[in-house]
Amino acid sequence: MRLYLAVAAGGFRRYATYGTATAAGVFTNTVFGFIVAYTYIALWDERPGLGGYDQAQALTFVWVSQSLLAAGALIGGGFQEELQERIRTGDIAVDLYRPADLQMWWLAADLGRAGFQLLGRGVVPLVAGALAFPLALPVDPLRWLLFLVSVLLALVVSFALRYMVGLVAFWLMDGAGVNIMATVTSIFFSGMLLPLTVFPGGFGEFVRALPWSAMLQVPLDVLLGKHAGAGGAAEALGFQAGWALVLLGTGRLLQSAATRKVVVQGG
Amino acid sequence: MGGVVGVRPAPVRHDSRRGGPVREGLRGYRLIVGMWIRSTMTYRTSFVLTTVGHAAITLLDFVAIYIMFSHVEALGGFTLPEIALLYGSCSASLGLADMLLGNTDRIGARIRDGSLDTMLVRPVPVLAQVAADRFALRRLGRIGQGLGVMGWAVWTLDVDWTAGKVLLVPGMVLAGAAIFAAVMVTGAAFQFVTGDAAEVQNSFTYGGCTMLQYPPTIFAKDLLRGVTFVVPLAFVNWLPALHVLGRPDPLGLPGWVAYLSPLVAFVVFLPASLAWRAGVRSYRSTGS
Repeated sequence: MRLYLAVAAGGFRRYATYGTATAAGVFTNTVFGFIVAYTYIALWDERPGLGGYDQAQALTFVWVSQSLLAAGALIGGGFQEELQERIRTGDIAVDLYRPADLQMWWLAADLGRAGFQLLGRGVVPLVAGALAFPLALPVDPLRWLLFLVSVLLALVVSFALRYMVGLVAFWLMDGAGVNIMATVTSIFFSGMLLPLTVFPGGFGEFVRALPWSAMLQVPLDVLLGKHAGAGGAAEALGFQAGWALVLLGTGRLLQSAATRKVVVQGG
Repeated sequence: MGGVVGVRPAPVRHDSRRGGPVREGLRGYRLIVGMWIRSTMTYRTSFVLTTVGHAAITLLDFVAIYIMFSHVEALGGFTLPEIALLYGSCSASLGLADMLLGNTDRIGARIRDGSLDTMLVRPVPVLAQVAADRFALRRLGRIGQGLGVMGWAVWTLDVDWTAGKVLLVPGMVLAGAAIFAAVMVTGAAFQFVTGDAAEVQNSFTYGGCTMLQYPPTIFAKDLLRGVTFVVPLAFVNWLPALHVLGRPDPLGLPGWVAYLSPLVAFVVFLPASLAWRAGVRSYRSTGS
């Protein structure tokens, strides 16, 4: 456990050294926040209450999303490319000899990275959005606590998916194609382009049941109080935890299939 | 990176028999691009997947707009085909600029790891090398998808076509690409000062394009003034498209400004190239 904490701290510190990049990222998230906020105002002016949100809640959705994008690596980024590079060069053989679990190692490092980006790239855009637009941020500390737990689960789900994407390099060598397809799905099905509650009919129900929904839509709904009461909160967090377990488990299966392949190749 | 070594050295600068630096730059650019295309084609599955992926990323943007329109008739007073014209044209412009010199934003990484030094000693203009760096043919995905959506818009819209309006449609895609390209060069020059700040450039290019795919009527007037007179993104597609659609500009500019995009594209390259020169001149190697 102490080992993984150290790995996570390393991940945090590593990203903390990129000061200019973080500042540039904050700027980008803020600019996008403004643009999307204006489009949402136009949309919610036309259809008040769309997707079950009033305008302030819709704007909160925009700005909190911008704060979570980098942490959740929803638009790319994260560790998977590095993992693929290690697979491609054969460095992965060294990783497999370490007295640490490969999946847990990368999970710890990615959570460290996400923790930094939550602070470094999350706080300022949200403050900027709150100053420029009327947001519906809760005052109840318990709600914020639930939100943070939900964000943590979201990060684990995001990691579990990207870990599998990374492992694909064992079979394909060049991961670029798979990476971009993974980004495409995450952008659309997480609720980043449009809240998933706005997606119509049966298609909407379907996308809300997918794991990507656990990465952005669910934490936002927890924050906006859409899962009221202990039952509602348990259901939302349970949905995320369920996907986290399923995906981490599948990742392990894939990992053991992949590592057998390494032995065959001899690294 | 290693592959660049394979490029045949271009003739030395100022060799009058071989033409000026522009021609030489284009020649170097062509060689490097050819090399990257060959290297991309080594992993054909990945190339197909990334090209389709690039088309899909932007297509899903449009699907989101389409879903919005399943709830509303108009957004900011614009119908879906009208927004499709804005969306498609800016997407195609950005895709084109991105393909031709989108990787200029990698210069920050090259400054950091010291590989820019190698570029400076090669007899090919640095800008040509930086622009061709990791040339990504997969960006055809975005261009194709943008042109497709724009084609659908032109087909569906009930426009009172005149010769001028017919010319404006391809004109805005090309001029728009040139404006985005100037922003990219400026952003790259900026990285000589700031180091790792490629994302700032992205907010003007990708962020700008996200804005330009929606009608100008939904944005604050100050923002519109900013993207008309300061960073002239409004000339990428808003002003020409408003004219094609027969709609007034929210800032009240006269109709003929719609035809200024090529001129604006030409003018913005002046500060961009000055910034680039200043950037290269100020460069000090990290020594790594």
